[in-house]
Amino acid sequence: MKTAVQIAESRKSSAMYAGRPWVLLERGWIAFRSTNWVPVVTGFVEPVLFLLAFGYGMGNLVGDVTTGSKTIDYTLFIAPGLLANSAMNGAIYDSTWNVFWKLNESKLYKTMLSTPLGPLDIALGEITWALIRGLVYSLGFLTVVTALGLTPSFWAILAIPAASLVAFGFASFGMAITSFFKTYQQMGFINIVLLPMTLFSGSLYPISVYPDWLEKLIMALPLWHGIEMVRAFWFGDLNSGVLIHIATGLFVTSRRLRALFLR
Amino acid sequence: MNAGIDVPTIQRFGALYIASARLKSMSKWRTIIAAVDIGNPLFYLIAVGIGIGVLVEQGSGTSGTNGIKYIAFIAPALLANTAITGIMDETVFPTIEGFKWRKLFFAQNSTPITGRQIAIGVYLAALCRAIFSVSVYYILLLAFDVVNFGISILLMPIAVLGGGGFGALMLFAAAKIEKEDQFFNILGRLVIMPMFLFSGTFFPLTSMPIYLQPIGWISPLWHATELGREAAFDYGISSTMVIVHLTFLITMLVTGLTLATRQFEKRLAK
Amino acid sequence: MSKPLISVRGLTKKFGDFTAVAGIDFDVAKGESFGLLGPNGAGKSTTMRILAATSTRTSGTVEILDKDPEQFGPLVRAHLGVVPQQDNLDGELTVSENLYIYGRYFGLSKKFIKGKIEELLEFAQLEEKRDVKVEALSGGMKRRLTIARGLVSEPDILLLDEPTTGLDPQARHILWDRLFRLKEQGVTLVLTTHFMDEAEQLCDRLVVMDNGAIMAEGSPSGLIKQYSSKEVLEVRFGSDRNKEVAPQLATMCERMETLPDRVLMYTEDGEALLEQIMQAKLHPTTSLVRRSSLEDVFLRLTGRTLIE
Ligand SMILES: Nc1ncnc2c1ncn2[C@@H]1O[C@H](COP(=O)(O)OP(=O)(O)OP(=O)(O)O)[C@@H](O)[C@H]1O
Ligand SMILES: [Mg+2]
Repeated sequence: MKTAVQIAESRKSSAMYAGRPWVLLERGWIAFRSTNWVPVVTGFVEPVLFLLAFGYGMGNLVGDVTTGSKTIDYTLFIAPGLLANSAMNGAIYDSTWNVFWKLNESKLYKTMLSTPLGPLDIALGEITWALIRGLVYSLGFLTVVTALGLTPSFWAILAIPAASLVAFGFASFGMAITSFFKTYQQMGFINIVLLPMTLFSGSLYPISVYPDWLEKLIMALPLWHGIEMVRAFWFGDLNSGVLIHIATGLFVTSRRLRALFLR
Repeated sequence: MNAGIDVPTIQRFGALYIASARLKSMSKWRTIIAAVDIGNPLFYLIAVGIGIGVLVEQGSGTSGTNGIKYIAFIAPALLANTAITGIMDETVFPTIEGFKWRKLFFAQNSTPITGRQIAIGVYLAALCRAIFSVSVYYILLLAFDVVNFGISILLMPIAVLGGGGFGALMLFAAAKIEKEDQFFNILGRLVIMPMFLFSGTFFPLTSMPIYLQPIGWISPLWHATELGREAAFDYGISSTMVIVHLTFLITMLVTGLTLATRQFEKRLAK
Repeated sequence: MSKPLISVRGLTKKFGDFTAVAGIDFDVAKGESFGLLGPNGAGKSTTMRILAATSTRTSGTVEILDKDPEQFGPLVRAHLGVVPQQDNLDGELTVSENLYIYGRYFGLSKKFIKGKIEELLEFAQLEEKRDVKVEALSGGMKRRLTIARGLVSEPDILLLDEPTTGLDPQARHILWDRLFRLKEQGVTLVLTTHFMDEAEQLCDRLVVMDNGAIMAEGSPSGLIKQYSSKEVLEVRFGSDRNKEVAPQLATMCERMETLPDRVLMYTEDGEALLEQIMQAKLHPTTSLVRRSSLEDVFLRLTGRTLIE
């Protein structure tokens, strides 16, 4: 008769956390098993389509690109940017629309909160689930890109954890702002922020094409840091700049998590 | 017990009633619609048009784009794409909502309004949104000095025609599907995205390998884009091709609408 | 007397300017079965949500098992089984998956839950639907599953918000039977209902709420004794005439309620009163003498019938 209670009491519980975020992964997996594989497959197809279109189509118009000290083929230039971009898109989708749905339509979180689970269990569980999905996408993309001979060095494998960090940052950020939104109209603003960030953050061209002030502005966007970080790993240019990107990512993420739960 | 219901009038103007109801519910979203329809084209123009434009100039110059500046080259495509996505939003969502989520169509259909009128009403309201966004975009193009005022005004009806053709098919598709859970995924990632990328939007269709070119041939975006380029910049398309493009889009529109109105009637009668 | 399991003092909940619960006090003892009655919008569900540690209060104190649910949400909820008014099943999962994952939310072992699922599927009579997505269940089946789900963790306190709404009579009796047995095992029940027979059957003690305040408190029989007469005479004269004859009827009994379709007359002896009406040549189209019920208490206290 006492099982559930004993378990709950044996853990250090607070108002926020029951110490059981992994049950959300279990739920995610059960739900995922029975839904079909379309979203996974299509999520992976998107960056590949971009790569084909911009790499082969645009490559003819553009030729080579000079970034930093290197001059590289355009397709090679955009590949890491697209990886970071798709990591962001996947994370944002999972942490915004998906969360919005469970928050306001299916009220799944409300159900979970009528059990011993706390909000922090839910946030950590959902973010981790989003990361796992993102990881699968990244691996798929990397496989295709390697098959096309676009991975310059062994270091490219490190772009995967880097992309996961990007996803982590955006997932926590997306979740934090979604928790403020009540209507679909408000949700629409996410796309309005996302699109310019995607377009300007240098996944498709080096931001040095812009005047100085615009360049500075772009450097304030989190996606730019993400892309630069993934690109640095991709080409094996590990320098102190990468550390700055990682630090920025972790800082923004933890700030958003605090904002979400301590408001 | 008849509260003055004038059946013949309803039969004549039913579609307009539906359209005005749709426009009213769209107006709830007006901030977001305006932000999306003004913001998106602006960002694409600045980011891709200028950003990649610099790379293209450093690379092949204007030789790859029939002598047109890169930003001008992509402008008609972005314009047509705005019409396409706008009309798609306003046909797909209300249709699924009407048949499934809120079942509004069934309520409307229990009045003298017919399924055909509902379909056309939804479609007309969607066209209104496209006309709005395309006009805004055209003004932006003038402001950015991407096009000169004049014959280029044809860009607007061409874009609406492209959007209308695609939207008519979407109206049918949305009325046809019963399970929508994967529909948006498939539509967004396997239809809209490839269409946007492979319709000669950012580079001439012919610069892609031949096996990817058929995507453009069946894409309303490509047909509308080519027509638009011709109208705005004298792109050098033969008059035969102009007729081919027009015929394709008009056929798509008529077929789509015929199928959609039939499907609406069929599903409402179920 | 031992300390109450649930203790509520001055509980107030506001939504903006609107006060949904206006300073209520009550205690629930261990093993007791406690009912909240009241018309739509009285504040029952709001109170239940605060007890369930899923909603915050505006002021007042709440203690469940000596703990403030707001501060110790997860810990308090580990003891609770909750059946909300609106089913909130997980639409992406099947019937048995719903039970399984809900048990996992409580941190129960897989083995324990597997056994529990069998028992609960039988209780909810959903064995044949175990692998069906919950979207494909009928309204009453969903309700049964929600109730069964609330029992997965073998809670000490069960919070049931209109548990039997939408159930067929058979399912209702199965539930009553189960609740009786849980009560025998020492489980504490807090429930709301719009069915007076249910309240009379299940509740040891109940409160009648209206506009967020408690109007009366007591056992079902005590409340009837206190707020109603022994018998009730129900007479109908047809919708237009009820009002017309009302003043004349009013002189014949202690208290009377004129409803749109009938007149209720409160008296110690119904038959005698009917006789009196006949003698006054006020021939009602139908008449019925019955014992007072909670329904009459309710009507007296809130001026409203229970099922609107
Ligand atoms: N989230 C909310 N925001 C604003 N008002 C609310 C909210 N929830 C409840 N209310 C209001 O509080 C009052 C009490 O609602 P509650 O759901 O507690 O009633 P109830 O007694 O359970 O009624 P019912 O018998 O209809 O279930 C109602 O007037 C309701 O409109
Ligand atoms: Mg209620």
